[in-house]
Amino acid sequence: MFEAIAFYIFSVILIASGFLVIASRVPVHSVLFLILAFFNAAALFLLMGAEFLGLILLVVYVGAVAVLFLFVVMMLDVDLAEIRKGVLQYLPVGAMVGLILVLELGFVLFSWVVAPEAAANRAVPVAPITEVSNTEAIGRVLYTRYVYLFQASGLVLLLSMVGAIVLTHRQREGVKRQNVSRQVARTREEGVRLVKVKPGQGL
Amino acid sequence: MTEAPDVSITYDLAVMLPEIFLALGIMALLIFGVFRGDRATGFVSSLGVVLLVAVGYFVYQVTDWGADADARAAFGGSIVVDRFGSFLKLLVLTGGALALIMSQRYLRTERMARFEYPILILFALLGMMMMISAHDLIALYVGIELQSLSLYVLAAFNRDSQRASEAGLKYFVLSALSSGLLLYGASLVYGFSGSTDFAVISTVVAEGAPIGLLVGLVFMAAGLSFKVSAVPFHMWTPDVYEGAPTPVTAFFAVAPKIAAFAIFIRVMIEMFGPLVEQWQPIIIFISIGSMAVGAFGAIGQNNIKRLMAYSTIGHMGYALIGLAAASEAGVRSVLLYLAIYLATNLGAFVCILAMRLKEGMVENVSALSGLSRSQPFVAAALAIFMFSLAGIPPFAGFFAKLFVFSAALQAGLLPLAIIGVLTSVVGTFYYLRIVKIMYFDEPAEAFDPKIGAALRLILAGSAAFTTLFLVFALPIQAAAARAASALF
Repeated sequence: MFEAIAFYIFSVILIASGFLVIASRVPVHSVLFLILAFFNAAALFLLMGAEFLGLILLVVYVGAVAVLFLFVVMMLDVDLAEIRKGVLQYLPVGAMVGLILVLELGFVLFSWVVAPEAAANRAVPVAPITEVSNTEAIGRVLYTRYVYLFQASGLVLLLSMVGAIVLTHRQREGVKRQNVSRQVARTREEGVRLVKVKPGQGL
Repeated sequence: MTEAPDVSITYDLAVMLPEIFLALGIMALLIFGVFRGDRATGFVSSLGVVLLVAVGYFVYQVTDWGADADARAAFGGSIVVDRFGSFLKLLVLTGGALALIMSQRYLRTERMARFEYPILILFALLGMMMMISAHDLIALYVGIELQSLSLYVLAAFNRDSQRASEAGLKYFVLSALSSGLLLYGASLVYGFSGSTDFAVISTVVAEGAPIGLLVGLVFMAAGLSFKVSAVPFHMWTPDVYEGAPTPVTAFFAVAPKIAAFAIFIRVMIEMFGPLVEQWQPIIIFISIGSMAVGAFGAIGQNNIKRLMAYSTIGHMGYALIGLAAASEAGVRSVLLYLAIYLATNLGAFVCILAMRLKEGMVENVSALSGLSRSQPFVAAALAIFMFSLAGIPPFAGFFAKLFVFSAALQAGLLPLAIIGVLTSVVGTFYYLRIVKIMYFDEPAEAFDPKIGAALRLILAGSAAFTTLFLVFALPIQAAAARAASALF
């Protein structure tokens, strides 16, 4: 009973805040609603017993991604009126495409027959929930069975770092840079000048 | 098909040795480059070529080339090393190493020498190797991502050029869309079959596929068609080819196409093998479309890079005929086709790299006029490549098409073979137009004759291979047959 009520509360807030992300006029509000949506999705994960996914969602998406979004939104001068200009114009086509996709998905859904072996296939790598927690179950396979995929994803991240630097980093002319060794090597003779000031005259 | 996965991690690591070696080598070169800066570009490139040669040796060593040897699976079946994959890996590595050598001079003269260039090429090659040996939906996707990410950056590598940035962005957006399609299909396949492992999915679909799985198949086929730039997902190809720096275009034209074809074949034959009646019409359709667009689209092109893009689209269509045959002979003909395509295309791009006037690179086809008098060697080589791409005997391209068409005939796809022959006749027009411009038109300004010893060597090598293909035909044919037999 309690779970059902909690589920409906979280889901309603999730959907509402999801809608507000795209509907609100101020970009910062959109990001804040996005964070609210993440929190509610995390709560739904917790309700389902997937505590690891729920907490990871908070740590990664709220802690890192959403904050990054917030920074970007605050730093960039986003002109929403400009972005929204074409919305009405494209709405009919967009709605039509969406409708067709929904209909097509409906076809798939109504003939929803999972292959008979599917359940057995899916069950293989999962340890019973009563024996090990989610986190432990993931930990057991992440660094053994899936270590290749884990490391390969690491390579993708390394590459994206290299790529971002290649495309954006450049040496700018006329920018003052910090030179730590020069700062450390500075002596008193270079930095301080003794000036004899005559009384009553100033410099 | 695959032997039972060994539990020990050392076995897994030994199977993955070439990839691990390449990954560690890339990181070492990256650190070296960061410390030495852009002055080290040439050195990093040369070390990269050495690294690729070593990786190629490991690929050769780690594979069991025996005629009925089983594939070696690692990491719970996510990765397999078999003759099919290793043959294609060697092709991809060859293409990558030669593209790296071809770029060196260009990077210097165009003032684009940054040490990240060889690093990105190596990363792309690593991604391709991971794609080729992927035997699991997740491993497949991670490999594709690693490859695509470095290709986006390479396309926009000349970031001060508006065209290059446009090419990079266009490629990024469209490719991300196609990755989305692929992932959506993969999720449907996983949902309806309950596994991401190709082998398990294959046993599931052998007993009849639910409709959702077929929808997944269609989505995956769409995503993969984008990667091989087959019609109707080819729109990005001419723009990206034109905008990207020429050596990058040369790389784009060979290595990613071969890797994408490898995974296309693996997904269709290995994973959806029992559903051949479902996917064969799709492949036939995109094959006919690609051949037609490749043949008719190129006629009006005056930019040689755009022309090569349409030529690529057409050639992917011919190679897809072999896949549509869905037989061992078909896969063998595809492998042979890709090998010949690699040699011919690299040679053609060396000639395009030689198109340099005093003011800089030119890409207009008409600039080639009079090349036969100013540089008879380059002109003769380019003519050979054009004859080969058009499929005129006795050059290599003719045999590539011959094997593909005969595989189609064996599989009872007579109409497909006829359409292939007809479009190839149309295609001959624009290939021969280039030969005509070089030999019979009024001479234009002569190109800078200095193209470097490395380029000359590659040019001579691929011209010799293309002309004397009959000499090499038997060993290559045997190797392709060995490789293809691994899938059946």
